[in-house]
Amino acid sequence: MNHAFDIVIVGAGPAGLAAACAAAESGQRVAVLDDTPWLGGQIWRGEQSRPQLSQAQRWIERFRRSGATLLDRTSAIACPQPGVLLAEHPDEPREIHWQRLILATGAREMFLPFPGWTLPGIVGPGGLQALVKNGWPVDGKRIVVAGSGLLLLAVADGLKKHGAKIVSVSEQAPWSRVLGFGPALLSHPGKMLQGAGIKLRLLGVPYRCGVWPVKAEGDEQVRRVTLTDGRNTWTEDCDLFACGFNLVPNVELPLALGCALSDGFVRVNEWQAASVENVYCAGEPTGIGGVDCALVEGRIAGCAAGDRHAPAKALFAKRACWHRFRAALARAFALRPELKSLAADDTLICRCEDVTLGRMKQFNGWRDAKLQSRCGMGPCQGRVCGAAAKFILGRGMESVRPPVFPARVSSLITSGTSASNPNPNQTTT
Amino acid sequence: MPANPIQLRVNGKSVLVSAGTVLAAAIAQAGVTKFRRAVTGGPRGPLCGMGICMECRVTINGQTQCRSCQTLCEEGMEMRTDE
Ligand SMILES: Cc1cc2nc3c(=O)[nH]c(=O)nc-3n(C[C@H](O)[C@H](O)[C@H](O)COP(=O)(O)OP(=O)(O)OC[C@H]3O[C@@H](n4cnc5c(N)ncnc54)[C@H](O)[C@@H]3O)c2cc1C
Ligand code: FES
Repeated sequence: MNHAFDIVIVGAGPAGLAAACAAAESGQRVAVLDDTPWLGGQIWRGEQSRPQLSQAQRWIERFRRSGATLLDRTSAIACPQPGVLLAEHPDEPREIHWQRLILATGAREMFLPFPGWTLPGIVGPGGLQALVKNGWPVDGKRIVVAGSGLLLLAVADGLKKHGAKIVSVSEQAPWSRVLGFGPALLSHPGKMLQGAGIKLRLLGVPYRCGVWPVKAEGDEQVRRVTLTDGRNTWTEDCDLFACGFNLVPNVELPLALGCALSDGFVRVNEWQAASVENVYCAGEPTGIGGVDCALVEGRIAGCAAGDRHAPAKALFAKRACWHRFRAALARAFALRPELKSLAADDTLICRCEDVTLGRMKQFNGWRDAKLQSRCGMGPCQGRVCGAAAKFILGRGMESVRPPVFPARVSSLITSGTSASNPNPNQTTT
Repeated sequence: MPANPIQLRVNGKSVLVSAGTVLAAAIAQAGVTKFRRAVTGGPRGPLCGMGICMECRVTINGQTQCRSCQTLCEEGMEMRTDE
């Protein structure tokens, strides 16, 4: 089925919703597509069925009244030519035509391999939070939380509200750097932190800095986790282990469109315009700055794409403020070098094709490893192992071949693109 | 018991969930932790919870390789994890 719009936005998270509302105010035909069946991206997921956050409700309501079209369960998978996106929907492939495109594809958690990390029950903290918002049961479950970032605190707090017993929260960054982040928080009335660290300690949950996981054990699921502070090592029993190390941007679609990156993020100008004509980018793909940063960038992109430069400009000062917060986040939660040596040679790096670190080390580069070992060729297409390999070995994905999601072959045939499917039998909903 | 429950089957076992529940959560509610077997045989379950890692793949109504974390439960769904 073909669809044509003036402005198309990929991603219905905070950045995409804000962009859609701003773009629709210009009177243009606007559409937002999202891979998921719901609105709100990662942080506001579940808000439609179980409303909780007033900020989320305001934006979802505003979006509903904006006149923009929502194409849900629609994954953008390739860009066969300028002005056309090819997308997959459970019922049919979709060809979506655009004059201007805003990429608001968000971020994902970074997972680092350590012995035992593939056991069921080891889930990203944000991922677990997302699942809990959609009904995953944690009542009475013992959960160890570890990794890095403000998300650990927000998630531990959220899980506790759902009845989980949080055994401990361990942040890999040392206290000195996390405390140094304090002033940045004070100047931004702590949206992401929500005073969660202090609250957790009041609730009797230990929050430790300078502590990281070294291994996980269990039979068919995780049972215990070993942690270290670099001098001492100890073990904690658990039913679930929430572990993730900050976020990495979803830049596969921007890359497939030819957008230039800088330091791993999509490079944009003051109007949030990317290096490719008529393509804009907002939210986490341009830098990991949290929900308020995503909202303001989305609004600027939406105004600019609708040729409304004055209201966009009025938001520059606010954005600059959140960009300072973003820079402070990156400094405070930078990953310690010890994390590069958590994986042993027999630890799996690629979870789709079960490629070990030892095997991966035998190859010269990511491309070579990919061709010879199928590392990164499985259905996640390197989304998990790519960032890990880059951190551990200094080499990772250099480019993206369409489709950016494993697609049903039919979608590709409809488009007549030359994109090849790495795994033709693979389908996704 | 949830209000307006949705009934579905996880590996043949009947489960009642509330509206807005994703399949992965229904599977966990049924007490199943292992969603699939990896290519070398190891047990796997959801990792990312957001549709990118593909570790939560299951068979839904006969269709294989569906991401259970991105699929909402619907009345009468039949769902199977790997043995
Ligand atoms: C798993 C996870 C959980 C999180 N939980 C919290 C939390 O509880 N609290 C908090 O403060 N912050 C949380 N964060 C951080 C939060 O995501 C960001 O602060 C904020 O939501 C960023 O907004 P965004 O619009 O840039 O991206 P997102 O909210 O990530 O939205 C991006 C959207 O784009 C869609 N998308 C991506 N690629 C495609 C494609 N090719 N085709 C179609 N759709 C696509 C995705 O499905 C998603 O809905 C979480 C992050 C992650 C990764
Ligand atoms: S848990 Fe990662 S795709 Fe579903």
